[in-house]
Amino acid sequence: MDQKALQRAFYGALAVLTLFAFGAGLVKAGGEGAAFALFAVMTLGGGLVCVWERSIVRSAFALMSTFSGVAGVFVLLESDFLAMAQILIYVGGILALILFAVMLTPPDMEERRLPRVLAALVAVGAGVSWIGWQVAQTAEWLVTSRPLDGTAAEVAGTFGANADRIGVAFLAPDQYVVAFELAAVLLTVALVAAVYIARRKRTDIEPQTGEGVS
Amino acid sequence: MGLGAYVAVSAALFGLGIVTIISRRNIIYILMGIEMILNAANINFVAFNRFGLTEAGSLEGKMFAVFTIILAAAEAAVALAIVLNVFHLFDSIKPSEADLLRE
Repeated sequence: MDQKALQRAFYGALAVLTLFAFGAGLVKAGGEGAAFALFAVMTLGGGLVCVWERSIVRSAFALMSTFSGVAGVFVLLESDFLAMAQILIYVGGILALILFAVMLTPPDMEERRLPRVLAALVAVGAGVSWIGWQVAQTAEWLVTSRPLDGTAAEVAGTFGANADRIGVAFLAPDQYVVAFELAAVLLTVALVAAVYIARRKRTDIEPQTGEGVS
Repeated sequence: MGLGAYVAVSAALFGLGIVTIISRRNIIYILMGIEMILNAANINFVAFNRFGLTEAGSLEGKMFAVFTIILAAAEAAVALAIVLNVFHLFDSIKPSEADLLRE
């Protein structure tokens, strides 16, 4: 099978799988199930395309679908603040950084070897599903079944003011303020270090073009 | 949708991240795989916060997820600076080519 037919077969199978998952979610759990199936397919399909694609730019954009799908999953899990942070930081920040790295390095279209990708998919899939099966057999999770549509007071307390309460928890002295300040220091150090590592040394610049301009 | 569905999605995303890391020979793909794995961990944190035996408005899992996102951002910035430097030094971004410490 040549490359083009393979590509068509892959995306065709992905589309069929998407429709199937969407239908299954809709039948099994109504609107919430359909939304969950949509976001799960966005997440996992994006990851699959990222592994599959030969072009690294397409892989990076497939990762956008993954990150947005995870943001949708966060919305379904009642964490609106996290969903927004996910979109802002991952889709807006980390993906842009990855695209910068992609554009500053040469493409290598022959780097993907299909046998290795398929072997890794089979091996890791078998391993993860075996471990998942074992966990499902043995673990006893103490799980509450809080309904999504609780009482009005509960909804107002837990869903509506999510960002509010996270902000207070960040700065309350008896909660996360130390970790918050440490995270701020860490981010500063990481950014300064990144700039320091990535800058071009003065000796790299040709004497006639650069007069200490870096 | 119960806890199991979210944990299954998280496990599958983790597996895809591992596949990306071990099957592609390119540092940038390895970074993408790491981001996927961190996202899978985040889904688990938030799902267990939502469905676990926590109080109705508890925040622990969400706070952990926020800190994971912060760490991921710092890691991505430094890692991409390192990628640029590796490319500058070795003219290649294959991890197997960066072997200065090997005799």
